[in-house]
Amino acid sequence: MKRSIVCRCEDISEEDVLSAIDEGYTDIEELRKKLRIGMGPCQGRVCLQLVARILEKKTGKKVATIPLPTVRPPLVPVSLGTLASEKDEK
Amino acid sequence: MKNKADVVIIGGGVNGCSLAYNLSKKGLDVVVVEKKYLASGATGACGAGIRQQWSTKENASLAIQSVKIFEQLSCELGQDIEFRQGGYLIAIHDENEMKQAEKNVTMQRSLGLRVDILPPERITQVVPILDVTGMKAIGATFCPTDGHANPFKTTFAYADAARNLGADINTHTTVVGLKVQKKSIHAVMTDKGTIQTDVVVNAAGIDSKTLAKMVHVTLPLTPFRKEIMATERLQPLFEAMVISFKDGIYFSQQKEGQIVGGLPIPEEKGGYRTMPTFAFLEHMAQTLTMYAPVLKHVNLLRHWTGFYDVTPDARPILGEVKELNGFVQCNGFSGHGFMISPMVSQLLTKLIAEGKTSEVLESLNLERFKGKNIDKELSVVG
Repeated sequence: MKRSIVCRCEDISEEDVLSAIDEGYTDIEELRKKLRIGMGPCQGRVCLQLVARILEKKTGKKVATIPLPTVRPPLVPVSLGTLASEKDEK
Repeated sequence: MKNKADVVIIGGGVNGCSLAYNLSKKGLDVVVVEKKYLASGATGACGAGIRQQWSTKENASLAIQSVKIFEQLSCELGQDIEFRQGGYLIAIHDENEMKQAEKNVTMQRSLGLRVDILPPERITQVVPILDVTGMKAIGATFCPTDGHANPFKTTFAYADAARNLGADINTHTTVVGLKVQKKSIHAVMTDKGTIQTDVVVNAAGIDSKTLAKMVHVTLPLTPFRKEIMATERLQPLFEAMVISFKDGIYFSQQKEGQIVGGLPIPEEKGGYRTMPTFAFLEHMAQTLTMYAPVLKHVNLLRHWTGFYDVTPDARPILGEVKELNGFVQCNGFSGHGFMISPMVSQLLTKLIAEGKTSEVLESLNLERFKGKNIDKELSVVG
């Protein structure tokens, strides 16, 4: 069976996104909470643009008008050991 | 959106949605109005824990009865809410904490809860990655039936079940005013239209205070920003939630494998700011690696903020207010709204659908702040 992966971190396919939209989850924040897209190590770099495109196709909302989730630190994964050692170096 | 309803619930968090479900089950016509999307507030930001070990009898019994409901909730709602019972391990650091723990355990056992005080050497039998010396524990309390559930899935499952029973759930809809006639609720005005109703439930989380102000009811709520983090996914390491009242830390491993936890930021004051801070990350990483040194090799992925709507006694405000007929409160959960939501919604359903109050509801009414002696909940983390 053909399956187009949208989110590699959480193994979410285009079909998963489409059926969630059909269930009424029609903005990115809602889809994120339903499917965990954007919650993995890539922090949405791979999936969010794709999901925005799918939303545009499905709902007619223009990609440019779809609000993306808030960007929060850290931008890339950081080990707890590194974060814990921060203060000792000051 | 309907223009008439028996009950209008303002707020689509877990409490609003579970109440919508229980009221609909009683045959009432329910409309839910949510400003953003379902679980967009405190529910969606919470640590997912379900704990029965509380210091006040009301919180403990609400939580114990809620766990009984959680145990069969996936089945009842027809969707998996990922409820798991891995227990809660509460670290005890000194003699004072030990005395309070003994008192709590006696009260909790009197309510039928299975809970034990563990000596230090048994702590790692429950959570192998802990360093008992590093965390400076002289013991711990452990209740094996405490646990977790997925807050989004729980809220969505309640909402879907409520819709199937006829509830009208409106997201991205903002309340602009409440209409009052002769000291009674008459209608709710939103940016999408007006709904006539005799009963309004204020389940708006940190916005409950602003909402109540519209009808001149003062709620003693203070928003406290809390920060929380999640690591990358790991193989299953431990099942229990670990918490400490002294260090304020809580952490657990979720179903997907990530470790989720938080602790209070020392200099934090009340307010509505939402930006996460680096100070939290440092403090959290230091405390967490002190508790479980092996986690220093694990990557932190995400970090977000949420709010506790805190009351002076850290217990919720529930039930109808004296000043205004039909204005029911369901807020002030002070950081533990998710875990007691199943029972809270049942009590409020009894009140709204059958006019029946209960001892717990009366003790959690807004009226209690008008007296002088309040029984403060001591077992708060995060």
